Amino acid sequence: MKIELTEEQKLLQETVRRFADEVVRPRAKEIDETGEFPRSFFDQAGELGLAGVAMPEEYGGAGMDTISYCVVIEEISRACATSGVILSVNNSLVCDPLLKFGTEEQKQEFLTPLAAGRKLGCFALTEPGAGSDPAGLRTTARRDGDDYVLDGNKVFITNGTDADVALVFASVDMALKHKGITCFIVPADTPGYSHGTHEFKLGVNASGTTELAFENLRVPAKWRLGGEGDGFKVAMATLDGGRIGIAAQAIGIAQAAFEEALAYSQQREQFNQHLSDFQAIQFYLADMATELDAARLLTWKAAWTKENARRYTLEAAQAKLFASEMAQRVTNKALQIHGGYGYTKEYNVERYFRDARITEIYEGTSEIQKMVIADWVLNKA
Amino acid sequence: MTVLAEPKSDVIAAAAADTGVDFSLTEDQELLRDEVRRFAEQRIRPGVAERDREHRFPLDVFQEMGEMGLLGMLVPEEYGGAGTDTLSYLLAIEEVARVDPAVAVTMSVTNSVCCWPIVRFGSEALKRKVLPALAAGQTLGGFGLTEPGAGSDAGSLKTTARRDGAAGDHWILNGEKAWITNAGFAGWYVVVARTNPEAGKRGLSAFVVPGDAPGFSVGQPEEKLGLRSSRTAQIYFTDCRVPAENLLGEEGQGLKIALATLGHSRLGIAAQSVGIHQRALELAVAYAKDRVQFGVPIADHQAIQFKIAQIATELAAARALTHGAGAAEHTSQAGRLAAQAKVYASEAANRACWESLQIHGGNGFHEDYEISRLYRDVRVTTIYEGTSEMQRLVIARSLLAR
Repeated sequence: MKIELTEEQKLLQETVRRFADEVVRPRAKEIDETGEFPRSFFDQAGELGLAGVAMPEEYGGAGMDTISYCVVIEEISRACATSGVILSVNNSLVCDPLLKFGTEEQKQEFLTPLAAGRKLGCFALTEPGAGSDPAGLRTTARRDGDDYVLDGNKVFITNGTDADVALVFASVDMALKHKGITCFIVPADTPGYSHGTHEFKLGVNASGTTELAFENLRVPAKWRLGGEGDGFKVAMATLDGGRIGIAAQAIGIAQAAFEEALAYSQQREQFNQHLSDFQAIQFYLADMATELDAARLLTWKAAWTKENARRYTLEAAQAKLFASEMAQRVTNKALQIHGGYGYTKEYNVERYFRDARITEIYEGTSEIQKMVIADWVLNKA
Repeated sequence: MTVLAEPKSDVIAAAAADTGVDFSLTEDQELLRDEVRRFAEQRIRPGVAERDREHRFPLDVFQEMGEMGLLGMLVPEEYGGAGTDTLSYLLAIEEVARVDPAVAVTMSVTNSVCCWPIVRFGSEALKRKVLPALAAGQTLGGFGLTEPGAGSDAGSLKTTARRDGAAGDHWILNGEKAWITNAGFAGWYVVVARTNPEAGKRGLSAFVVPGDAPGFSVGQPEEKLGLRSSRTAQIYFTDCRVPAENLLGEEGQGLKIALATLGHSRLGIAAQSVGIHQRALELAVAYAKDRVQFGVPIADHQAIQFKIAQIATELAAARALTHGAGAAEHTSQAGRLAAQAKVYASEAANRACWESLQIHGGNGFHEDYEISRLYRDVRVTTIYEGTSEMQRLVIARSLLAR
């Protein structure tokens, strides 16, 4: 057992932190307010190798391990949660399944530019009527010669306004329920593909979340990811990895909130002493640091388990559940420590507080994580 | 019988370090954990409920544990100990606490607050005199810091020690210590007393007091909410004579030694908490699958599933913090990490026992069910060896000092 990063990982951490502080943080407030998708950030991140951190170098990635990936997402999210989720989706929800399930041709054609950050990916599973229960999705895929023809609508698609490539889940036979779900790699310039415009959200406001629509959209059968009916399996396996990314995002948001609350408590004076001299504030800070460390260890453990090619469904669900709820508590306490100022846009904590909220919802709500964990503990342990 | 394998070689340690963050246990650690689990199930579990009911201290169990090397785990082999690493020690405590938290506290006290400060601060002669018998389980260890008027504020203690004898060849101790685990069964006590009334916190010194020292006596066993088969009592010093060579470290280092010792020992209590938490989860799972209400096992109800998921997730967090702090014991952040592990693991274990008992319903309130004992036993983990409040102060001071 060892909880220290290697020298290379520490170097990576420093490099990404510098990039995040110098390039990402200065725009965080502005894109939160305007909702403008930070495409230039993604391009620069791609040049640094952050679009496919754990992808092999031969497919355009940085060839690093999953713990390094956690470090990257945490550091970016510490500066800007929106930027964190954009990267997490491209890495975890798009590159990862292409590597795991893709054919060599698919990897060459799609994984390589996506992992290098020359293209941006999105993951299209959720529909208006199919959120936690994706088996109920209604987008259809009809085989027609060498093609499939897709029809349907997706919602809440991160990166959706700007993505060049979408992984789309559709049913080849609704009667088969989840066994009919099939995954397709769809270039965004395919005729019949359209996306909505930016939607204003409570937090992670510039992540390009929008609707996608497919109308008589033709995809060659060679761009089917996995076999017919494998889509549900692809989605579930992918979300296991995605949860590690979201856990790391939650940790980054909470870390930023904690650091700013710690600094504020040492500057702000009331009753002729610093806030940090009050025991109540000290105890808030102690709990925030403790929960942050616990979340980070759980997340690294999930990453380490994935890295060692073991089943990591349980570890990823626990990391995601714990880290997201931790982020909610820590950002709330950070705002409390800032008092009235924390409620204003003058300080960052109100943004952290808003950004943290989604981590308990997307890529599997806390309730879904608990169902997964209970299933493992009750039936599989 | 010994289950404690040789420490791994530096070469293997160096190779393992290259993998960076690593949550695996070594083969030796896994072997030890399995062996202690087997021992705890076979030798500690029988009679655990009766011992609790009768407040009976299981000396025979400790004799066997001593023979296995479980009472001097952190004592170097040259002094008769097992010389294991901290994480192995924590794994062993966890396994023992999973079966009987009361046995685990005696184990933790002997290892962490008696043997450990003697190894760390004792003179060569003192180590040779005291450690072999403790490590072999021929006797147990005690620790006397707390007094009736000095709990969290240990620096305010009133027990005194003054030099006496022709050439100052012994110390005379006067005072009383409260809540002393293993009182009356311990052969040696690490005791902190005031040697200089003028010097405040620097006026304290630590001594190794033999259990048969003249002027040393033990009070009536305390009636406690939990850990009833562990022994807790006051100890008294009435012109108690202790040889000069039993001074631990130097004169005036008493508080430093006490705080360093508690800094280490809170890992043991964190591990004890993790062991109890683990058992609370196991009991909840077994009961939920067995108990049928509304025509289905209650494990089929989502409300029960979510409680179990929460217990399991907090267990994973508590274990990660505890093992992580154990693995990082020699780093600059060790003090904060150990305090974080202790406060989180103890509070999480309390929540886990509460929820596990809730899942058990009325049966959980009955003495026949193990969870009712764990629910009582776990309560002290947020109190002894530094309350949760003291842990938070330690953590906050570390954060604010950066």
